[in-house]
Amino acid sequence: MKSNNLRKQLAIPYAIFLLLFVVFPLLVVIYYGFTNGDGQPSFENFINFFKNGKTVGTLIYSFAIAIITTIVCLLLAYPVALIIAKGAYSKKAKFLMIFVLPMWINFTLRITALKEVLTLIEGNLAYHQFLNTIICMVYDFLPFMMMPLYNSLTKLDDGLIEAARDLGAGKRQVFFKVILPLSVPGIVSGVTMVFLPSMTNYVVLDMIYNSTYIMGSLIGSYFSAYDWHNGSVISIVLLLIILAITYLSNKYTEDDGTSARVR
Amino acid sequence: MNETLIEFKNVKKVFDDTVVVEDFNLEVKKGEFVTLLGPSGCGKTTMLRILGGFELPTSGSIMMNGEDISMLPPNQRPVNTVFQKYALFPHLNVYDNIAFGLKLKKLSKKEQDEKVKKALELVDLEGFEKRAIHTLSGGQQQRIAIARAVVNEPDVLLLDESLSALDYKMRKEMQVELKNMHKKLGITFIFVTHDQEEALTMSDKIVVMADGEIQQIGTPEEIYNEPKNLFVADFIGESNIFKGTMLGYHKVRFCGTEFDCVDDYAKDMVIDAVIRPEDIVITDESKGQFTGEVISCDFKGTFYIVVVQAGKNEIEIHSLNNYAIGTKVGMSIEPDNIHLIPYDTSINHYEGKVVESKVEDKIHVEFEDFEVDIDPSVLIPGAVMEDWEVVDAEGNGIDLMGTRVEASFIPSDADLTDEAEQGLVQGNIFSFIYVDDHYRYTVRTKSEEDYVVNDEDLWNQEDYVGVIIPMDKITYKIIEGEADEE
Repeated sequence: MKSNNLRKQLAIPYAIFLLLFVVFPLLVVIYYGFTNGDGQPSFENFINFFKNGKTVGTLIYSFAIAIITTIVCLLLAYPVALIIAKGAYSKKAKFLMIFVLPMWINFTLRITALKEVLTLIEGNLAYHQFLNTIICMVYDFLPFMMMPLYNSLTKLDDGLIEAARDLGAGKRQVFFKVILPLSVPGIVSGVTMVFLPSMTNYVVLDMIYNSTYIMGSLIGSYFSAYDWHNGSVISIVLLLIILAITYLSNKYTEDDGTSARVR
Repeated sequence: MNETLIEFKNVKKVFDDTVVVEDFNLEVKKGEFVTLLGPSGCGKTTMLRILGGFELPTSGSIMMNGEDISMLPPNQRPVNTVFQKYALFPHLNVYDNIAFGLKLKKLSKKEQDEKVKKALELVDLEGFEKRAIHTLSGGQQQRIAIARAVVNEPDVLLLDESLSALDYKMRKEMQVELKNMHKKLGITFIFVTHDQEEALTMSDKIVVMADGEIQQIGTPEEIYNEPKNLFVADFIGESNIFKGTMLGYHKVRFCGTEFDCVDDYAKDMVIDAVIRPEDIVITDESKGQFTGEVISCDFKGTFYIVVVQAGKNEIEIHSLNNYAIGTKVGMSIEPDNIHLIPYDTSINHYEGKVVESKVEDKIHVEFEDFEVDIDPSVLIPGAVMEDWEVVDAEGNGIDLMGTRVEASFIPSDADLTDEAEQGLVQGNIFSFIYVDDHYRYTVRTKSEEDYVVNDEDLWNQEDYVGVIIPMDKITYKIIEGEADEE
C-alpha cells in the first residue's frame, strides 16, 4: 500500500506542470474563444472566423501545405526506410543516422541555411512561394517520417517476405501484398507526426517570407495584435481538427490486424 | 518411386569467408521423405534454404527434373516451404493465408475455395477459414503453415525444423500426421531437424551432417546400425565407444576382453568399437564375456539405464531389470551387435615449413598455429648444426630452408588446460565424444586446424582451451615432393 502511494506521489510534479501550463492555458483559450471584447459569452468569434475569407483561405492553404508536405515526405522516406531496414547493409544505424542527423542542428539555423541555398538557386524567393514552403517543410519534417517507417519496417519479419517469395510472389507482389500492408502502422504514425505539426508550423513561412498565410502564423499575428478572442478561436478550430485526425488515425491502426498480434 | 527428382552436385556455400557447406552431393528420389539431420550450425538449414532459393550456392549445382535450378528465384521453383516460425501473414486470415499462392496463380474463386477447403481438411482444421492468425494456437498455426504450402501442389515440400516449436506430445502427434500426409500426397518431403529420434521415426532416407559436410546417407536402420564414423555413432542414439585392436580374423579386443565380431579389418589395426546400450546383455557374473559392478541404475519408463564399471570403463546398458548398486554382473555382446569403425589415423598431422633459424643449434619450423625449434637430426638422421648451417653425417651442407615438414602427435599424449596461453596452441572445443574412460576432444583453432586430444576432465563445447603437447611427443618428418616456391 505504502509503496503504491509513493508511486502516485511521484506523479505530482508532472501533474502540477500539466495543470499550470496545459490545462489552465487551455481553459483561458476556451474562455477567450467564447467571449467578446466585453467579456460576454458569444459565438461571434466563430461566425467571424468562417465569414472571413482570409481565415478560411488560410485554413485551406494550411491544409494544402500539410497534405502535400506529408505526401512528399512519405514518398521520399518510404523507399529510403525500406532500403535501410531491409537492404543488405550491416551498418544500418549509420545509414539511418545520415537521414536523422539534420534533426540535431538547430531548427532556425537549418531553415536560414536552406533559405540561402534556395536564394542561390532561384535568385529571388518571391517567385515560387508555395514550392519553397514545401521544400522547407519537407526538409524539416522528413526525419519524423523516416523514424516510424524505419521502425515498423525493421520489425517486419524477413520470414514473411521469404514466405511470400516461396509461395510464388515476385518482388513487386511481395511489396504490395506483404510489406506495404504490414507497414501501415508506421505509415499512420509517420503521417500523424508530419501532418499535424506542418498544419500549425509557422516558423518556416515566417522565416522565409514573414508571411501570415498559414494557420500558425495567423494565430501568432492575432495574438501579437492583442486580439485574444479571434486568436483563441483559430486555436480551438485547429485543436478540434487535430483531435479529429488523431482519433481517426488511432481508430485505423486499431482496426488493422497487426496491432492485435501481440497477445 | 525410383525416379531421381533432385540432384545436388558438389554444392558449396561460403558466408563471409566461412565455409558453411562443402562437397554436398545428394540424390533425392520422387516421393521420398528425406531428413537432413545434424547439430545446430552443421549447415542443414543452409542447404534447405539453398534448395528453396533463399540462398544461392557459391559453387556447385542443383538439378530438379533434369534442369539446373541453382540460380532461380524462390517464386520460380516448384518447391514450397514450411518455415520454422511458420511465417503466417498476420494481416490475413486463415483463408487468405492459404489462398496466397493460389491467388498469385490467378485461379478462379471457385477453385481457390475448393483447394483451401481440401487443404484445411488435410490438416484437420475444417471451418477455420475466417479465423485471424493470432487467435490460433502454436499447433494450429503449424498446420495452417503446412496447408498453405501443400495447397500449391509443389513437387517438393521443405520443412525447416517445423516441429521444434511444439511441445513434446504435440510433436509426437505431428510426426505421425506428417508421415501420413506424406503418404497421402505422394510428394517429396525434405525435412530438417536436429532431433535424431524425429529423423529415425519419419524418414525414408537420413542425411547426417556435421560441420558443413555430409557424414553419412542411409536409411534410418543403416544410420543407426552401421554408423560410418564416430560422429554418427555418437549423434544418433546412445552408444558405448571403446578403443580396441583387431586380433585376427573376426576377432577384436577391447575392454580387456576378446570378442567375436562380424566386421573385418587387418590384424593389429586400431579400431573404435561402437556398441548400443540395448545390445549388451546383462548375465550372471560367471556367464558373461566380461564382468563389472553396477554403479547406477535409473528408471526410464520402459527400461532401466544401468551403468556398469568394468575396469576403467563405464558401460551404459539398457535393461528391463533393476539392479542394485554394487551388484557384480557379467555382460555379453552378440558378434553382430559389435560395430567397428577404423580409428581415424589422419588426425593431428600438421604441415609446416623450415624458416630461418632462431637459435644456433636448432632449425626453426613454422606451422599454422605454432612454431618450434628442433634438432636437425630429427628430420635427417645424423645431421647436426654447424655455425647456423645444417650439415649431414658426411659433413655436406644441406639447405633445408623452405622444406615442408609434417608434425604429428597422438591424442593421448596431449592435454587440455584452462589457462589457454600455457598450451602450444589455443582454440575452442569443437566436439567431443566419450571413449573408454575419457573424452576425445576436437579443438579447433582460429586457423581452422583441428587438434584431437584425449582428456579425462569434462569441458563444454565452445570452451576456450590450450592444448599442451609435450615437445618430445611430437614427431616430425620431411614431406617429400617439391618445396614451396622460395
